Amino acid sequence: MIWINQILQGLLLGGYYALLASGLSFMFGVLRIINLAHGSLAVVSAYLLFVLADRFDLHPLLGLIAVVPLMALAGWVLHRLVLERSARAGALVPILATFGLAIVMDNVLFEGFGADTRSLAPYIDTLGYGSWTLPGDISVGYLSVLTFAVAVALLGGLHLLLRHSALGRRIRAAAEDPDTAQLVGVDARSVHAIATAIAMMTVAVAGAFLAMRSTFDPYTGPQQLIFAFEAVVIGGAGSLWGTLLGGIVLGVAQSVGAQINPQGFLIAGHAVFLGVLLARLYVAGGIVRWIRSLRAHAA
Amino acid sequence: MSLLEVRSLEARHGLLPAVRDIDLSVDEGERVALVGANGAGKTTLLRTIAGVHPAASGRIVFDGKDVTALPAHRRCAMGIALTPEGRRLFVEMTVRENLLVARSSGRAGPWNLEAVLQAFPQLEPKLGARAGDLSGGQQQAVAIARTLMTNPRIVLLDEVSLGLSPIAVQGLYDSLRVLLEMGTTVVLVEQDLQRTLRVADRIVCMLEGAVVAVGRAAEMTREQVMGHYFGSRSSVQHPAEARP
Repeated sequence: MIWINQILQGLLLGGYYALLASGLSFMFGVLRIINLAHGSLAVVSAYLLFVLADRFDLHPLLGLIAVVPLMALAGWVLHRLVLERSARAGALVPILATFGLAIVMDNVLFEGFGADTRSLAPYIDTLGYGSWTLPGDISVGYLSVLTFAVAVALLGGLHLLLRHSALGRRIRAAAEDPDTAQLVGVDARSVHAIATAIAMMTVAVAGAFLAMRSTFDPYTGPQQLIFAFEAVVIGGAGSLWGTLLGGIVLGVAQSVGAQINPQGFLIAGHAVFLGVLLARLYVAGGIVRWIRSLRAHAA
Repeated sequence: MSLLEVRSLEARHGLLPAVRDIDLSVDEGERVALVGANGAGKTTLLRTIAGVHPAASGRIVFDGKDVTALPAHRRCAMGIALTPEGRRLFVEMTVRENLLVARSSGRAGPWNLEAVLQAFPQLEPKLGARAGDLSGGQQQAVAIARTLMTNPRIVLLDEVSLGLSPIAVQGLYDSLRVLLEMGTTVVLVEQDLQRTLRVADRIVCMLEGAVVAVGRAAEMTREQVMGHYFGSRSSVQHPAEARP
């Protein structure tokens, strides 16, 4: 029963990782940009919600009504001022630019809020610690279930947007071939800025759940980025449902690793990430080459 | 007044001039063919008119408005549409999505999904297929249909028969006949000279980035065009004299 509990907790933890990674995956899939400021932006969102809760006694989930549009605006500005210009200089430059941006944001937060750790858990009452008890004495936290549900809803929403809306078609067209998209009337520049704004909206939500489920400080961002990055790579870069799967695999690996050894939480997650990465690089490529050689022989 | 006026246009690839001092006028409803060897500047000229290649100097005036500095999507909204060489479909999207993305971003007008499927009936069973999985002829049909979905006032067709089988090319031109019979203004780049002379009202010959001859298609023979094509004729007919 212990193992079932660990796997279930890992699965729910995976929902958080998927939520955290959804914006990173969306931006990579649409803009082919790896946003190294992703984790720090989630922490910025967490601080904004903290200020609203602390100063105005606003529940963090209600605070999202203000923070989500604010982060969307920040995403639009980020694209126009940083990403668009840096992307013109080559694929590596946006990575360096967002890395620098992350350092700046972390240090600005440090200047503004100091090194104290904070959390939104005190502002969400029983949502933070309440749980359902399942047969076998398995506890399932309200917040974990809500996090997982929000992750599925968010990824599903992004999927529906991309596949079944006019904006989604424009985003995908501009992602695939910006020049040709322009030829059929798509303003690729605006569409890319809108896509960044959408990614930042998901970052705002991820920041809220980060701050509700744990503590955070100005330097929490890079650690969150690593988890998000691992989830994206495990699930297949740019694939939204793959991101959910990647998050779940990472969460279950960490949870099972922690059960094997208390120090095994992080190392098990990193080991699975490395294993999947190597498998993608070598085994998957080998299988594709083998299939191609079979086809060539058949022809 | 001409629908499209190109005046002293120059465009470059890096430092190399690809289009030099081009003057070209296209009237509403006219069908103009650009002919010339590879590297003559035909594709660059069309791409510059459509707005996906920058003009180094000169002016492009469409329907009385200077569009030289406008981005391609704004020109598309005004009615300039290019079917690019190599089709350039969104290969990860379905045929339906390729068509609808143009419909939602282009001008209002008579071309919608039903109308293009009437013109290109071979696409109807393929609407749900991934564009990248289609044959070359089907992909070219999607590329032209996608152009029409923007409801253009002028259609720029760049090498639409390139790499297609003769049967596919015939099928494509059968479908294009609908477009031509509607009186749509067309600027066409085509390697098949016989077909070009049949379809076009006016022939513009280009050599090394410049216009070297302009003539009425009905009055030009394949041999005359070939002479200009390879630069063995030097006589340049004045564009005004060559108007049908």
